[in-house]
Amino acid sequence: MTALRLATIARTAAGAATGCVLLLTAACTTATGTAKPFAGQTVEVAGSWTASEQANFERVLREFGKQTGARVRYTPGGSDLDVLLSSRIGGGKPPDIAMIPQPGVLARYAATGAAKPITGQAAQAVRAHFSPQWQRLGSVDGRLYGVYFKAANKSIIWYRTEAFTAAGVQPPRTLDELTVVSQTLVDSGTAAMTVPGADGWPLTDWFENVYLQLAGADRYDMLAAHQLPWTDPTVVETLRAMGRYWASPRFLQGSWNGALQTTFTRSVADVFGPKPGSAMLYEADFVTTEIDKLGLYRVGGGARYFAWPSVDGTGEAVVAGGDAAVAFTDRPATMALIAYLATPEAAAIMATRGGFLSVNQDLDTAVYPDATTRALAETLLHAPTLRYDLSDMTPRTFGGGNGASMWRILQSYLAAPQTDPAVVAARLEDAATKAYGVL
Amino acid sequence: MAQTGRTWTAARSSAAAWFLAPAVLLVAVLVLVPIGQTLWLSLHDAAGRDAVGAANYADIFTAPEIRRALLNNAIWIVVVPNLVTAVGLLAAVLAQRVRRSTAVRVVLFMPMAISLVSAGVTFRLVYDESPDRGVLNAVVVGVHDTFKPPSQYHGARARDGQALTPRDGGLQTTQPVTDREPVLLPLVGLAPRQLPKSATQAGTSGIVQGTGLRGVVWSDFLAVGGRPGAVDTGELGLPGVDVEVLRSGTVVARTRTAADGTFHLPQLTGQDYVVRLAAGNFTEPFAGLTWLGPSLVTPALIGTYIWIWAGFAMALVTAGLAAIPKETLEAARIDGAGEWQVLRAVTVPLMRPVLMVVLLTLTVNVLKVFDLVLVLAPESAQGPASVVALEMWRSSFDNIGRSSALGILLLVLALPGVLYNVHRLRRSER
Repeated sequence: MTALRLATIARTAAGAATGCVLLLTAACTTATGTAKPFAGQTVEVAGSWTASEQANFERVLREFGKQTGARVRYTPGGSDLDVLLSSRIGGGKPPDIAMIPQPGVLARYAATGAAKPITGQAAQAVRAHFSPQWQRLGSVDGRLYGVYFKAANKSIIWYRTEAFTAAGVQPPRTLDELTVVSQTLVDSGTAAMTVPGADGWPLTDWFENVYLQLAGADRYDMLAAHQLPWTDPTVVETLRAMGRYWASPRFLQGSWNGALQTTFTRSVADVFGPKPGSAMLYEADFVTTEIDKLGLYRVGGGARYFAWPSVDGTGEAVVAGGDAAVAFTDRPATMALIAYLATPEAAAIMATRGGFLSVNQDLDTAVYPDATTRALAETLLHAPTLRYDLSDMTPRTFGGGNGASMWRILQSYLAAPQTDPAVVAARLEDAATKAYGVL
Repeated sequence: MAQTGRTWTAARSSAAAWFLAPAVLLVAVLVLVPIGQTLWLSLHDAAGRDAVGAANYADIFTAPEIRRALLNNAIWIVVVPNLVTAVGLLAAVLAQRVRRSTAVRVVLFMPMAISLVSAGVTFRLVYDESPDRGVLNAVVVGVHDTFKPPSQYHGARARDGQALTPRDGGLQTTQPVTDREPVLLPLVGLAPRQLPKSATQAGTSGIVQGTGLRGVVWSDFLAVGGRPGAVDTGELGLPGVDVEVLRSGTVVARTRTAADGTFHLPQLTGQDYVVRLAAGNFTEPFAGLTWLGPSLVTPALIGTYIWIWAGFAMALVTAGLAAIPKETLEAARIDGAGEWQVLRAVTVPLMRPVLMVVLLTLTVNVLKVFDLVLVLAPESAQGPASVVALEMWRSSFDNIGRSSALGILLLVLALPGVLYNVHRLRRSER
């Protein structure tokens, strides 16, 4: 398989019927070996994607259906995917595959036996196309359970170039520079940063990025596994840095009260909409879709990003997220679809349409629609230090969903950023002890 | 009923049993079994496997978030049924007095046709914090600004380490100033669009020469090549800034800056002056209220709930009003009672049974309020706005035992209202 060939096919017609010829995976050989091996069978996939992401993903599923004869049905769960899943599993009728964003949730389903290990040709496909780290992230106790079909780069800050030009500043590379740049932006008459505090997860992402920079990857791993208490000085220091930034006058658009009322979609409009209120937005790569939807600033032109600033301006440590395809039945059709989702061909179908990053090592990055997306994807593949979203690795009650304690505690910290960070850390430790205890 | 039981034949009682069987079966399957199951689960652990005794109940009565939810439920129960009934009663009585009363009633009843979820989405917009988007804040800000217009230079602050220090919301010179050289008062943090159109290049030439106290207030920010604290080409003066000059604590002169930001007070000579830019120059614009913030979220939710349910109360009260004999009201009026007295002394007492039904139905309903909180309160305010039903739902995904305990708690809380209704029903049958 040449990368060029693949790219051309992906670009011209993502669903080219000859796609399978290009595939090296064994699963696909079975698919072509006996024509349409799963004709008449139905495979159900549940995921959180809706709207255009859903449409793009359904293209991938249709292509699988075309090759194997299986009928693939997508059930969108939206932000309530977990509700859908737990009730379906409880009722004994789980979907064949679910796209799960949280390793913590995956681990729970693996422990209860609801999730089925990926074996055979599907496992080979994953080993062939994914780095050991991403394989490990999809594994529980050494057994492979998930394929990270989609990934997200959460270590970037978006900014409006015209605001930076008006203030005469350059993207900061260190945390100290970030403060200086923010102050200069404020002096130029705009708020520096928009924080969507009405949703809890952007705050946990703030914490994770600062923590990874300040405390390093080893401590990050220990904290994720709760081998390190949340009262550790590194956590307190991270919280202090966040609080100091939040409490600085005019750094946050609408101050902290306003930030707590700002939802994710609104935050994008607050920076890249018709009446921009601030210059920077901390959000992951998926903001591009929203910026495009607003249609006022072009990603890569009026809307650009810089990597999350580090302590000393060296090295790039990336916090990543993703959606793993996890099997809940072990029928051959299910495993074949898992194998297909592990192929670069499947990833290319979504990648060409934008708003999608893949960590499939064999996907030619030329398929991405623009330079910004390509650069974001390459950072994920080549970052010297990469860590998965910490809150997603913790038990759901602590970090993984609406009303999770870490979300709430950080929100109340944002509501009163002058709070002693040690108090916040103690609250986090309390909640963590409880959540890990239940597990 | 009781004495007829003795005369029943076996055939008749078995026939009764047959007729009752379907209803009993339905009640058992749909009501009693789930209640029993919930009770059983509430005494077991998170996964519903091991018995833990009353641990879940101990947990829910000590957890701070549940205490918060219970407190909110208490507020809901005290406020909502009474307020809804009062509003419904008032609307029903007043609607009788207007022409086209049916149309009025239809409009008032219409919110009942809207689901709580859609009402939640709609009111999310009404309560939006930004006056550009939220209707309520647009009104509040509009009214406020009519009486107290925002100042021109809100958000400005003194250039760090330069001539000015903040004091009482305004800014004043750090060092005493003299008439020998112009006083430079650099400000930053002003957006270009915030400056008035009349603003011109900050003036220096006019004030370098001359006698008396003089100076310039200007926006000391340039994207490229600006020197902090010095007037550069391209930096605009701030016109219309109120300047006060103090000497030993008392104001000796007041003036206003010109289009180039300069001010000049020839009559003031000598030294030891303090120049102050009063707080009024920098008053922040009123941004409206954070309706869905932690402090106002429960009242905001209650407001929406009343909007929805007032129509229900009105409909029932209207039906009750129709049953009041006209003569009684006429008699009261002839005896010289005012409308308010008629309402209080005649209508309400006669309507007591109806009002009780409305109150109790609402109490039971309010106890279960859940969807409105989930949809309307932003994630960040769901902690402060939480109610027991919401906590039950949240717990249900990870801790079925605790969730069941909360379910039982809700049942127990609702029971008095339900029992009273049943009791009343039986009394009225007799």
